[in-house]
Amino acid sequence: MNVWLIIIVTGIITYAIRLSFIFLFEHKDIPPTLQRWLKYVPPAVFAAIIFPEIFVRDGSVDGSPGNPRLVAGLIAALVAWRTKNVLLTILTGMAALLILQAILNQF
Amino acid sequence: MSSPRLEFISGIKAQLPILIGVIPFGMIYGVLASDAGLSIGVAQSMSFIIFAGSSQIVATQLFGASVNGLVIILTLSVINLRHMLYSASISPNLKPLRPLWKWSLAYLLTDEAYALTITRYQEGEQPTESRTDNRHWFFLLTDEAYALTITPDQEGEPSTENTKDNRHWFFLGTGLALWLTWQLSTAAGIFLGVIIPDNWPLDFTIALTFIALLVPMLRDRAGLAAALVAGVLAVLTLNVPLKLGLVIATLAGIIAGVLVETKS
Repeated sequence: MNVWLIIIVTGIITYAIRLSFIFLFEHKDIPPTLQRWLKYVPPAVFAAIIFPEIFVRDGSVDGSPGNPRLVAGLIAALVAWRTKNVLLTILTGMAALLILQAILNQF
Repeated sequence: MSSPRLEFISGIKAQLPILIGVIPFGMIYGVLASDAGLSIGVAQSMSFIIFAGSSQIVATQLFGASVNGLVIILTLSVINLRHMLYSASISPNLKPLRPLWKWSLAYLLTDEAYALTITRYQEGEQPTESRTDNRHWFFLLTDEAYALTITPDQEGEPSTENTKDNRHWFFLGTGLALWLTWQLSTAAGIFLGVIIPDNWPLDFTIALTFIALLVPMLRDRAGLAAALVAGVLAVLTLNVPLKLGLVIATLAGIIAGVLVETKS
């Protein structure tokens, strides 16, 4: 199949996925039950993106304090909880990761 | 309430820290696309037409391996299926908008734009500027940026524009900032290769961003349950192909949240 055709069809499908419910509820009311369920999309999807990034190391689960991304992630979570500041959370988490990696490389 | 301009600028500002992680990601895609033998036109058009990082990276692998075209389309579409959840989640907020707005914002509905915009909608309608400490933006405070930021506050009487809910302008600002960065960083990868050394863990900024957005959101037990169940399941389903683990984990998290809410 032609590369261009593949890209254009995938692009149309991806756009249709993104538009799907925005379009569907254009004139219809969103059922209250669905609204109640949708409240949990953000916490669920954010955690589903975060957990593998910090708990999985070189392809296997590592929940030990020797996992620098896990420790840096927990420090960042603490900063996020105390300050609610996105940039400060990122900078602290990144600094923590760099320091932890440097320490690990010493051994 | 805040003016369209203030919301638009807030949206761009909110996206800036995330871009630190997006730039190397885009450059890596560009290099992989070149390595897979895709022409410059094809590689850059993918950023424009598909505009979804992880599926574009998988696409380079599939094109490189000469996989059947229909299989490629199906695989990439399933990877992007999670955006349907975002579409459903954001749809109540976009309902009052004109169709042109909805159709345009849908194109910009990526992971990062969704995360920032849904957080903005949950904050309420007051401007973010007045409530949060923005001293850390001083390094970006050029004359021009100051003028743009300060003007809406000094316009005196609020016009009707300023008394409406203008948070869709935040969505537009944050989405366009990501879009432009993605186009430029993938182009940089295609034309120049990766300039950032690969032992710099810049990809970690994506996880950190989501931590920064998630933690303040966890205010009750139901939300906490949704996050924990989804997080643990995402780790357990990591080997499920096509990023379907993410969709499964999210759906399980939603169910956990609703169950805890019903019980309490």
